Amino acid sequence: MRLSKAWLIASKDFMIFWKKPTILYSLVFFELLMSLGFPFLVKYIVSRTSNLAVIGARIDAFSFWFAIGAAILPVGIASYSLVGEKLQQSLEPLLAAPVTDGEILVGKGIAAFLPAIVSSYVSAVPFMVLVDVFVHGTFHHLYYPNWNIGVILLLLAPLVSLFSVAANVLISSRSGDVRTAQQLGTAIPMLPLIAIYLLTEARVITLTLSTLLVIGAVLAVLDVLTISAAIGSFRRDVILTEWT
Amino acid sequence: MISLLQGTQRDARIVPEPSPDEGYVSNVQQHAQSMIDVQHLTKTFGKDIAVDDVSFQVDQGEIFGFLGPNGAGKTTTMRMLCCLISKTTGDAHISGFDIGNPADSLQIRKMIGLVPDAVGLYEELSAYDNLDFYGKLYECTEPQRKANIEKFLTMLDLWDKRDQPVGNFSKGMKQKVAVARALVHDPAVLFMDEPTANLDPESSKVVTDFILELRREGKTIFLNTHNLDEAQRMCDRIGILKTSLLTVNTPDELRKAVWGSNTVIQLADVDDTIISAVQSLNPKNLVRDGNQFTFAVDDPLADNPKFVQAIVAAGGRIQYVTQLNPALEETYLRIIQETR
Repeated sequence: MRLSKAWLIASKDFMIFWKKPTILYSLVFFELLMSLGFPFLVKYIVSRTSNLAVIGARIDAFSFWFAIGAAILPVGIASYSLVGEKLQQSLEPLLAAPVTDGEILVGKGIAAFLPAIVSSYVSAVPFMVLVDVFVHGTFHHLYYPNWNIGVILLLLAPLVSLFSVAANVLISSRSGDVRTAQQLGTAIPMLPLIAIYLLTEARVITLTLSTLLVIGAVLAVLDVLTISAAIGSFRRDVILTEWT
Repeated sequence: MISLLQGTQRDARIVPEPSPDEGYVSNVQQHAQSMIDVQHLTKTFGKDIAVDDVSFQVDQGEIFGFLGPNGAGKTTTMRMLCCLISKTTGDAHISGFDIGNPADSLQIRKMIGLVPDAVGLYEELSAYDNLDFYGKLYECTEPQRKANIEKFLTMLDLWDKRDQPVGNFSKGMKQKVAVARALVHDPAVLFMDEPTANLDPESSKVVTDFILELRREGKTIFLNTHNLDEAQRMCDRIGILKTSLLTVNTPDELRKAVWGSNTVIQLADVDDTIISAVQSLNPKNLVRDGNQFTFAVDDPLADNPKFVQAIVAAGGRIQYVTQLNPALEETYLRIIQETR
């Protein structure tokens, strides 16, 4: 495995994404929503209640969206990256070049993973700052940084992104349509996380540090399974003859 | 058909130039004198046989045309030779490297260029960026990349448009970029799948002239094509595939094998004396059509003068003498029809 080759493939994809406004706009829109929209919702909640437990639970629930976002954001990129190559029929010359299947797969993974993670981290900064600004008067201390957001950003978000990318490779290998790949690729990694968010909102579960670590452990297992399956589906023989 | 199949494949003759790649010399010594050496290559998909027991060799600097109807297995054969899909049985070597050996497959891919059936360019990127990406993938140095990109885009008349996204290009321009992409790392062997399909005559001529120029530079070219006129003009030898390989030969020998050597003699007038004179030489398959005789000869250079002398001695006035050369298209169709 030569990472330089994988990085080269990822760099080429970055150049393409940079020229595809739809991908850029979806990244920026989603991150703006999380980094600015949620803090103002927190501000609204603070204006309606002074119950610190309620406010804290809402903030933690909102912060979980950085994990959900890490599932959604790579989808647009990964589905364009792989299905786009299929649609442009550019996989054949790429596979004929002296690169291994693993290098192509890792390159595609980096191309989808890195922008999603970087944009999640970048948007988390204004989120945390604005929440601190809005709740400091209520809590009388800085709410962020704390361990929960650390686990969400540094553990859950990368694990969710990897799961999303691997699931997309599997879906793209069976789908010839960007829209279908995007819809399935969004739904499959996102739905379990949305379910967790809704259970939190319904106060069935609380996003404590231990809950987040359990979610992280489950995701790690899922990652191993989906990445193994993705590697299995990404073989040049299969790509050129069986990908529909 | 038996006569076509026999004696059409020849022994490998040319040892390729040494390369700095490690292990190359031993590979060459073990296996190859030809640049492409295919022995009993077979590919099956489930129960379907796509390519059946195909054997042929292609020498260095040769343009080898691969003809066959749709679904004959031409692209599958090319993909196996480019290490894109695995073989089922048989052997094939590119410059001594074994397509079935994973360690050799990277070496093979370094030394080949592929122009696939679909151009497969990155439409958002410029022509230059498309080529530069592939130059980097093939580990060309920056000066090599710059020099080769400029050379090939200039030869293909695209240098002025190098910074434009290829998505804005015409089909012909995209095809030219795909050809340049396959050459950016200066490969020894070029595999081309229908390189002039759907091109207008002008673009097609640019591409075919370019292919001929590449042969002059010593590149080995494996050409899948349906364009029989193009194959006749460009290819040193032709293989006709219909799941199995029906024949391999030069276009002229192929025609001769199918049709024989037919001489046509056109006279001003024909009378019984002239007919007797011609018949006295026992020509094969003699046909008279008005004032024209057509007959088969074994050796045109030796036999034709005898007929001319006999006709002149009989008082005949010859207007022209020519060899009948059916187009490759007719030859190809006859070979394909005989397999039905």
